[in-house]
Amino acid sequence: MAPAEMKNVLTSHPFLEGLPEKYIDMLSKLAFEVRFEQDEVIFREGDPSSLFYLILEGKVALEMGAPGRQIIIQTLEAGDELGWSSLLENTTKQFRARCVEPVRALAFDGARVVNLCEEDHEFGYHIMRRALALVAERLRASRFQALDVYSPKGVRAQ
Amino acid sequence: MSVAASPAAPPLRPVMEPVPCRVTSVAKETHDTFTLAVAPPPGDPISAFEPGQFSMLYVYGVGELPISISGDPAVRESLTYTIRSVGQVTYQLVTRQPGDFIGVRGPFGSSWPLKEARGKSVLIVAGGIGLAPLRPAIYSILRHRGDYNRLVILYGSRSPRDLLYKKEFAAWGLLPDTQALCTVDYGGVTWRGHVGVVTTLFRHVRMQPKETVAMICGPEIMMRYAARELEARGLPPEQIYLSMERNMKCGAGFCGHCQMGPYFVCKHGPVFSYPQIKPYLDLYEL
Amino acid sequence: MRRKSYRLDENGLEALIARLREQGYTVYGPKADDSALHWRPIAGCADLPRGWTQELAPGRARLVPDSSSAMFHHWPCAEGLKAILHLSIVRVMAARRDNGAFRILDNPPPAEKCAFLGVRPCDLAALAILDRVLLGDRYADDIYQARRQGAFLVAIHCQQSAPTCFCASMGSGPRARTGFDIALAEFVEGEAPEYFAEAGSPAGLDMLEACGATPAPPEWARSVEEGCTRAAAAQTRRVDVHAAPQLIDALFESPHWEQVARRCLACGNCTSVCPTCFCVNYEDRTSVDGLEAERWRLWDSCFTQGFTYIHGGSVRASVKARYRQWLSHKLARWQAQFGTPGCVGCGRCIAWCPVGIDITEEFRQLQLSAAAAASYPIKD
Repeated sequence: MAPAEMKNVLTSHPFLEGLPEKYIDMLSKLAFEVRFEQDEVIFREGDPSSLFYLILEGKVALEMGAPGRQIIIQTLEAGDELGWSSLLENTTKQFRARCVEPVRALAFDGARVVNLCEEDHEFGYHIMRRALALVAERLRASRFQALDVYSPKGVRAQ
Repeated sequence: MSVAASPAAPPLRPVMEPVPCRVTSVAKETHDTFTLAVAPPPGDPISAFEPGQFSMLYVYGVGELPISISGDPAVRESLTYTIRSVGQVTYQLVTRQPGDFIGVRGPFGSSWPLKEARGKSVLIVAGGIGLAPLRPAIYSILRHRGDYNRLVILYGSRSPRDLLYKKEFAAWGLLPDTQALCTVDYGGVTWRGHVGVVTTLFRHVRMQPKETVAMICGPEIMMRYAARELEARGLPPEQIYLSMERNMKCGAGFCGHCQMGPYFVCKHGPVFSYPQIKPYLDLYEL
Repeated sequence: MRRKSYRLDENGLEALIARLREQGYTVYGPKADDSALHWRPIAGCADLPRGWTQELAPGRARLVPDSSSAMFHHWPCAEGLKAILHLSIVRVMAARRDNGAFRILDNPPPAEKCAFLGVRPCDLAALAILDRVLLGDRYADDIYQARRQGAFLVAIHCQQSAPTCFCASMGSGPRARTGFDIALAEFVEGEAPEYFAEAGSPAGLDMLEACGATPAPPEWARSVEEGCTRAAAAQTRRVDVHAAPQLIDALFESPHWEQVARRCLACGNCTSVCPTCFCVNYEDRTSVDGLEAERWRLWDSCFTQGFTYIHGGSVRASVKARYRQWLSHKLARWQAQFGTPGCVGCGRCIAWCPVGIDITEEFRQLQLSAAAAASYPIKD
């Protein structure tokens, strides 16, 4: 992807909305375009966190498996972000990410983004604030899901 | 604040007397949900309903329950109910066979704001069995399609096997100027659709919030989330409507069981505008 | 409206009862039965509770001997007129199996020509409230209607208040104003009581004249007024019911509800004795061979655990929530629903509560907690 197009794509992705141009520039030097085929696994449960993705096209399923069970707990599409845990050190992936449709995304090495945050705290603040909002939204949705509101008996604690 | 109910025309029969109706078909929707159609006596007031209203269905000798009417209000020869088997009476209802009889009283309650929504876009947000009381509204809108702008139907269910009206839903999505999106809380390995709570579909909706009327029906938690989220996205609260549910024994305002704050859900509801019900939605154990 | 004042003696009262019975009425009066006063059919004055009076206090309702010759030296019966007019157990539907289908059978409501002797003004007010709920809203209750229409009401003004009475603050007594056919007031000077009587309807007027009522001494009317005024002034309990609607939503999270909940047994006595509580439940019954099915209607109470059962649990699971619902409905929400409070100040709930919870005191505490919250300074 040409640098100019890269900058456009970054500027228009919802996760980076409002990020000052000089930081878009910094990120554009780190970003690289990736493509996955349908049913390709992007990362597995337990993989050491490394890459962070901004999805441009396609659909990714976050799923968890156990004997006799395999459940998709969320799907992510264009405009979403995948792998936010890469922005934290010493974490591993909690779920498997599998492409339900062919996917095109911009990938970042999480460790390098974190280094930049260390060097430029203002940049770090911008990135972490966005990451916090993202995690809050996921948490809210997850809690809602955990309530199992469609269960016939409603929600019971005991 | 007064919540006076306007007097209706005098009834032809005592309001607590059920009308025996013959079951004409029983269709399986999902593993625990069935759609029952009954034939009311020709021209009987029990079949003259507005979308959003409910009937009290009686199983001879067993009991009676409020069930939303889920069919086309323009089709007077048939009354349709989509019922989830969760207890004794619902189990009896879904195990009826064509030719059996059940008792019907009603229709009761308030209805979806189809008149108020004319000239605007309509956003339908349904969760689980909540799509059933909204289906008559969808039918009415499709019958008078020119009266409305965009039609968006968002439907969330627990899992793919719990989705209702799958074929119809797909057909709605193919109609012009119509969006029909569904999502599930838990997807299976073969599911290629959206997974996430129904509010995650909002960002995929193309609409002008100020000229959109939202009709929401589903588990109460889901309706609270959805209404709050829609208001945050710019829908005027008076254009948001919810269908509430409470324990009902009579449907007619006598038994007192369905009270929610100052409202009798059977008389002032089940359809409420968001401003009407909002002060009471967040009060636990009201 | 000035009504003509009449005088009846005990013979006249006896004649009144007899005449009503001749006309086909079942005459109900307060009768001492099972250690309390209940509405029971009476045949004459001998059935009235002469020689008895009530001791009423929070958590206490006793019949105790009375030395006077008064027949109405007491206050409300254990229940209001709803015990007779809004039957506690009644069949609402009968059906019969019919060739794989079923047929609804004719089920005429149990009508009865009822006359009531000795209706307290609070109970008259309660009757007007029940009329509004059961006849004056979207649907009419045909069973209540069959029994209520044509009911003959002989009220009695209260010249004394019980400690639990607070009808004055609710505007429903101690003087009956409207809704009666005849209203009496009892005077006991010596051995035999005499009655001030006024007609509230043409039927009442006819009845008084047919029972030999004579014009009352001119000072009687004023004496009754003064007696009622004294009775009102003697009431120590009151409810500031006009403040209730605005306060009740703001008080939803008040810690005071927890205080009441610790004492409340959720026994439902209050709803049983309250003359305006109308909630009912329906029960389906079948014959053993399944050929006949019936639906029966029974009194229910919002204090029961299953009252709000839905989706596998109750909305109002805690006793706190249930007490809060009852008080909020009775004093505040009823006003939005039906235009008046649901409470008439009869005080029955205070007397018949096993632990003596006093609705007037609870509301007062809630008002105080609201005032305290409003004036609590928020530090900058």
